[in-house]
Parts: sequence; C-alpha cells; structure tokens
Amino acid sequence: MRRIPISALIGLILTGGFFFVAIFAQLIAPYRMDELVGGVWDPISATHWLGTDSIGRDLLTRMIYGAQVTIFVATCATILSFVTGSVLGFIAATAGGWVDQALSRLVDLVMAIPTLILSLVILTALDVTMINLILVMGFLDSTRVFRLSRAVAVDITVMDYVEAARLRGEKQGWIIFSEVLPNALSPLVAELGLRFIFAVLFISTLSFLGLGVQPPLADWGGLVKENSAGLVYGIPAALAPAIAIAALAISVNLVADWVLSRTTSLKGGRGA
Amino acid sequence: MHPVIKLVVQRLALGLLLMLAVSALIFFGVEALPGDAAQAMLGQSATPEALANLREKMGLNEPMLWRYGHWLFGFMTGDMGVALTNGESIAKAVGGRLGNTLFLAFWAALISVPLAITLGLVAARYNGRWPDRLISGITLATISLPEFVAGYLVLYILAVKLHWFPAMSMVFPGMGVFERLSAIILPVIVLVMVVLAHMMRMTRAAILNVMQSAYIETAELKGLSPLTVIWRHAFPNAIAPVVNVVMLNLAYLVVGVVVVEVVFVYPGMGQYLVDHVTKRDLPVVQACGMIFAAVYIGLNIFADVVSILANPRLRHPK
Repeated sequence: MRRIPISALIGLILTGGFFFVAIFAQLIAPYRMDELVGGVWDPISATHWLGTDSIGRDLLTRMIYGAQVTIFVATCATILSFVTGSVLGFIAATAGGWVDQALSRLVDLVMAIPTLILSLVILTALDVTMINLILVMGFLDSTRVFRLSRAVAVDITVMDYVEAARLRGEKQGWIIFSEVLPNALSPLVAELGLRFIFAVLFISTLSFLGLGVQPPLADWGGLVKENSAGLVYGIPAALAPAIAIAALAISVNLVADWVLSRTTSLKGGRGA
Repeated sequence: MHPVIKLVVQRLALGLLLMLAVSALIFFGVEALPGDAAQAMLGQSATPEALANLREKMGLNEPMLWRYGHWLFGFMTGDMGVALTNGESIAKAVGGRLGNTLFLAFWAALISVPLAITLGLVAARYNGRWPDRLISGITLATISLPEFVAGYLVLYILAVKLHWFPAMSMVFPGMGVFERLSAIILPVIVLVMVVLAHMMRMTRAAILNVMQSAYIETAELKGLSPLTVIWRHAFPNAIAPVVNVVMLNLAYLVVGVVVVEVVFVYPGMGQYLVDHVTKRDLPVVQACGMIFAAVYIGLNIFADVVSILANPRLRHPK
C-alpha cells in the first residue's frame, strides 16, 4: 500500500466514524430516539452534550439516529443508482443501435429537468415513504451513472479483446460482466463517492423541505427543519445537524478526490 | 444559408422539441404513477363515491391525450388552470412570485459571475501558489454545503449574532427598490456562495487548459506581463467553456433558489412550489415544474448558442 495523503486519511477516519455511528446507533445513543428528557431547547450540559431539541428530546441521540437514517437512505439510493445506471449503460454501449439511442435519449430527457424539480413533481403524486424516496432518488441519479458508464464502456467495446470475445460467440451478458465491467471498474468506483455525497445532500434537502423522511423518524435534514425556528432567537440547535451534513460530505469528498487522483490516468476519468 | 445561422436555428429547434418532450414527461410521468390527482387530494381513506365525484369535477375521466393537449395549449396561452387547494388561478399567483424569484436570481448572478471570473483568473495566474490553494480549499468547503446549511449558517452568524441584516426576507408589492435590495441581501449572499465555487474552478481549468498552447508561450516570450497574457490571449479562447459553465450555474441557481427561498421565507416561485407539493396540489406543481424546466432548458440553449457564436472557426467558414 502506498502512502496515503493526510487529507485522504482524515477523510477515511471521519467517514469510517460516521458509518460506525450509523450502524451501531442503537448501542451508542444515550437515550431512546423519541424520549422526552428535558425542556425545550435546553442548553448544552453534562447530561445532554448537545442540549435538547424543539420538544425536549436529547439532540445528540437524535443526531445519532439521524446519522443512521441519512446514511441508510443515501447508501440504498447510491447502490440502486449504480446498479441500474451501470447495467443500462453497459447494455447501451455493447448493444449499440436503437437500444443505445432509445436509452440515451431517455436519459437526456430526464437530465433536461433539474433533479430536485422532477423529484418534487413525482413526490406530489407518490406517497412519501422511505422506499419511495430511495426509488425516486436512485432512479433519477442513475441517469448520471448511465452517462459515465456508457462513455467508459464505449471506449472499451472497441478493444481487440472484446472483438475477440464477440468472434468467439460469447453472449452479451458475458461480454458485459467479464470483459467490460472489470476494465470499467476504477472510474466507476471513483464516481461512487461523488454519487454518495449527492445522495446525502439530496435526501437532506428533501427532508429539510418537509418532503423526505417523515417524523418521528428524522434524518439530519429533518433535524435542521425541526430546530430551525429556534435560530432566530439565537438557539443554535439546528446548526449541529447542518454541520454534520457538511462534515460527512467533505470527508467523503476527501476520500473520493484521492481515489480519483489515483485512477484518472486510467481510461474514462471523471466524465462531464 | 450562413452556417452559423443554420446551427443556431437547429439548436433552437432542438430546444423546442426538448421542451415538448419535457412537458410530456411531466404530464404523463405523473399519470403513470399509482393514484391520481383526486386520490392525492382526498388521501387513501377516501370513499369511492367522493373519488368519482372529484374525478368528474376535475375532468379526470376525459381521455389522457385530450387532457394533455388541453393542458399544454392552456399553458402556452397563459392559462395554467386553477389550484386544487383554493381554486385560485395559477397564472395569477405565479405572475408576482416569478418576478420576485427572477429579482433574487438576477442580483445573485450579477454579483457571482464577475466575481467568479475574476477569482478564476487570479487562481490561474497564481497556479499552485497560495492564492490558488486558498481558493481551492474554500471551493471544496462550499461545494459540500447544501444550500440550506449555507443559508442557516449565514443567517445565524450575520443576522442573529451580528444583527447586520434582517433574518427574514419579506418583500411585498409597493416596496421601494432599495428596501427590496436590503431585504434580499442574505439570500443573495447564500446563492453567490453556492454557485461561486464551481464557476471559479471551471474558469480556472479552462484558462489553464488554454495556457498550454504554443501561442501563449510566444506571448510570454515577447515579454508581456502575465495578466496581459491571460486577459488578451488566453481568456478570449476560453470564452466558450466559461460561458457554458456560467450558464450551467445560472441554471443551477434556478434550483438553488427553491431551497433558499424556503430558508428565508421569501415569497417566490420556490416557496410556492414546495408549499403545494406538501398540499399535493398537482396542477400547481406541474405548472411550476414546467416553468423551472423551461428556464433551465432556455439557459442551456443560450449557452450553446453563445459557444457557437464564440467559435471563430464557425463564424468564418473556409
């Protein structure tokens, strides 16, 4: 293993910390998620490290469960967008012809509308449940993965070894998974971090607008919304989840930058 | 026909086609989902009779294509139908709010674009030295901040702790221009923060890309000062990518506005849209979605046209 730059190391440790807290939230949290333990917006104290929230729940506990919800939704959405986007991208690149045209034009169309606006239109008609949120986020974001993976795969499909596989009479599935996928993996892995950040910011924004995770569950965006009324009176409770969102995004970014700088020399690069 | 005109016309026609497709996606996409506007309004527990009545009233029993044509034609003639929740004309409600939103976006653009280009030029001039590193560091931080986090940070520090600005951006008809401007300072600061970093970074990248050309080396060897080289020789050739990035970010501004308006309780399109998503008022949401998409696509087409015009190889065909 080569030396890891200090910024990437910080990013790795912080990201790891966030995931650890998210996975073991039930064990770490000092109180139950919806337990009333104090007054409204109690200040920081020895029993409540971050004070209490808008109706007297322990803010640190809410933040820990918030980490779990945020990271769970973002991870599921990222996995969904990656699987859908890359499989469709590879199919478009290897099949070519009208399949490629149809998929690419459809993706162009979806990307012509800002993601937030389109998801708001869709969420008006759908019930806002966690499953639906993950589906909407995952499918809308898969358009970006599609573009990248198609671009990378188009370069790979003209290689001699793919030609050879075709002449051997291999099936399309074999070509995708055994010839294209291993060679397209590194730019896709670099993109994974960026898509994850996007998902975190996106679910936070939706929840902040009141259209994401519904109470009593709350992700960090929802926590900002719940506590934002206090800001005007000088109560900084809403800033804690806000800073957590930024910290998670920055630390994943640091890792992604490092992975990216190691892989840009390979085919594909960062894409648009 | 002159090839440039032909290209521009082609691009515009393509844009119109895209708008049509987008309108179809917004209309039929929602239709394809389970449930309809009547169901969304009355909720899951509605009786079948109530549903049937409301469907009849809203014209949901007409054929889908007919309703789409009706909706699209109405949209183009300025009739966007009525809101389900209060029965008011959508066009009337949108009119004033669109003005407010454009006012906000206009000032954010007016400040961020020149600032981003200047800072980008500075970063390119001091490539790799401390001004460049400082700018890149701040860029990373602001890119990772979602709009509402930036909004609340700015609000808490500048309005609540320092008392420099009002915390809410109330504007109402009959307000003077200067009163309006002082009311929107905070949201403008946030919007500038959100788009500045990306524009700056791309300007820097575009300039640095051009700086590797042979004619830049010639200009440097002539003994021109670095800033003259950048301004006179590198910048004109970097215009197309820079304009593209600027437009992309202005388009992004249109979306950022939605969230920032909610943070500062600013009576614009974004707030209107979010309110009616919560109330499940489909006609309003579709109309707002179309307007946001139209502005977004319009800016993208504009960027394409400018980069066509900025390319001398197209302006002077052999």
